Amino acid sequence: MAALTDLTIAQAGAGLDKGEFTARELTDAYLTAMEAARSLNAYIEETPERAQTMADASDARRAAGNAAGALDGIPLAIKDLFCTEGALSTAGSHILDGFRPTYESTVTQNLWDSGAVMLGKVNMDEFAMGSANITSHYGPTLNPWKASSGDNAGKDLVPGGSSGGSAAAVAARIAAGATGTDTGGSIRQPGAFCGIVGLKPTYGRCSRWGVIAFASSLDQAGPLARTVEDSALMLEAMASFDPKDSTSVDLPVPSYAAALTGDIRGLRVGVPAEYRMDGTPPEIEALWQKGVDWLRDAGAEIVDISLPHTKYALPAYYIVAPAEASSNLARYDGMRFGLRVDGEDLTETYERTRAEGFGHEVKRRVMIGTYVLSAGYYDAYYLKAQRVRTRIADDFRAAWDSCDVVLTPTTPSSAFTLGEKQDDPIAMYLNDIFTVPASMAGLPAISVPAGLSDVGLPLGLHLIAPAFGEETLLRAAGVLESAAGFTAQP
Amino acid sequence: MALDTDTVKRIARLARIHVDEADLAPLADELNNILGWVEQLDEVDTDGAEPMTSVAEMVQRLRVDAVTDGDVRDRVLANAPMEADGFFVVPKVIE
Repeated sequence: MAALTDLTIAQAGAGLDKGEFTARELTDAYLTAMEAARSLNAYIEETPERAQTMADASDARRAAGNAAGALDGIPLAIKDLFCTEGALSTAGSHILDGFRPTYESTVTQNLWDSGAVMLGKVNMDEFAMGSANITSHYGPTLNPWKASSGDNAGKDLVPGGSSGGSAAAVAARIAAGATGTDTGGSIRQPGAFCGIVGLKPTYGRCSRWGVIAFASSLDQAGPLARTVEDSALMLEAMASFDPKDSTSVDLPVPSYAAALTGDIRGLRVGVPAEYRMDGTPPEIEALWQKGVDWLRDAGAEIVDISLPHTKYALPAYYIVAPAEASSNLARYDGMRFGLRVDGEDLTETYERTRAEGFGHEVKRRVMIGTYVLSAGYYDAYYLKAQRVRTRIADDFRAAWDSCDVVLTPTTPSSAFTLGEKQDDPIAMYLNDIFTVPASMAGLPAISVPAGLSDVGLPLGLHLIAPAFGEETLLRAAGVLESAAGFTAQP
Repeated sequence: MALDTDTVKRIARLARIHVDEADLAPLADELNNILGWVEQLDEVDTDGAEPMTSVAEMVQRLRVDAVTDGDVRDRVLANAPMEADGFFVVPKVIE
């Protein structure tokens, strides 16, 4: 039999139901694997005792015939952006030193209600600001993958970000699945870099309540998992209507796994001309073409489409997201929770606390946000960016007249080395060039591992669907996954 | 619209982030680099485009005006850097 930690969520659930092993055995297998993989620095805090208690409770439910569903007894890693009652929740920031919430985020509560087991809290870019997991106060997470050839062969690589710990943990088999959050690509890009599936649902599908806020009009929780089916199972448990989040949408949660019929005959797949950008490596273009061929061979109709404002999504994002962040992060003042650094007076206490508590990238973005919202510049920057955002959403709206999903690459490269792009913010921002437009339009999107690069690193393909089109998105992703037959492991 | 160090100082003050004098100039360069890059947005014709206020096409819900929470003082204070007698302790606000 395969190692317990190699099983997908669906396989593990079946094994638990058949009594082949217990949730406690499954959890213990993960706890042992976590200990052996500490050099990846994927976990900020492991919660082994809680995990064992939750696993034992799951076994008791199952023995009594009361298993809660597909996730009962499944060990998961939780991104440190989710508030978890009594367990460290830091957003990867020094300013939230020692913060142990006295409440539970809606998404994690939904998971626990579904019987899932918490293995611990995983590393991330500070306040979800980054694409390499290098801005965390707890140090970088390493990608479990290494290049097999080329200049970077054998070197430490980044797992992507901001949900870098989540992606590394799932890829390294030290979690069966993980929660992530995606503001501009923070689930999909690390998913692609680590060779796993990353799903960002429609804005409003998963509650943001109890998720530490970065950019409120963009933030959305979603799963990172090893298969499309596992992603569907996790999303079904995570999604809900939540009166505590005023942007949560009151729509029933369908059975996402049931949408994986494998049948996409007649599905219209849009291929946007504007995603063919100068400087995209030929291997990315070639993989994209393979994706087109796979979907066509499965009976889809390929449609050339235009999303004219694609190139403006990223610069508009770097106005909107920092503006919202500067406002959201105003709460970290050292008075009610987290770090406090004393100054001569109140204002200096604020200033010293925030100077010491925030890392460089967070400070930079808070300052950009403060500037673009300040008197005299608000119209030129912030309102302009919000108008461009309307244009981007309109592009997609028009595209849905001629297609049902859009296919693009997930990232313009495979995982890069630790330290690369560190001193050039814009080079780092460009990681999200293919993922940000869907974020700006609030649309659901998924990255599916689709192949290996020339140097043996995973590459992802990216599908985007209309709002609340998760079932179509997952169905198409399932077909892509089967056709790609990606079985490589770190 | 390049930022000078005085403007950076003013932004830092507004953001309540202490920045050492020596760091103002390099920070100005970094911010100008980013702001210069976003200026490409000026190429976009946005005449007639409303600024987006909500990405979800939804009507804002109203909730019932009822007390649904409360009586959790100790939980609210649980993470305070300093607390005494059921209050947050903060530096003197009024001189």
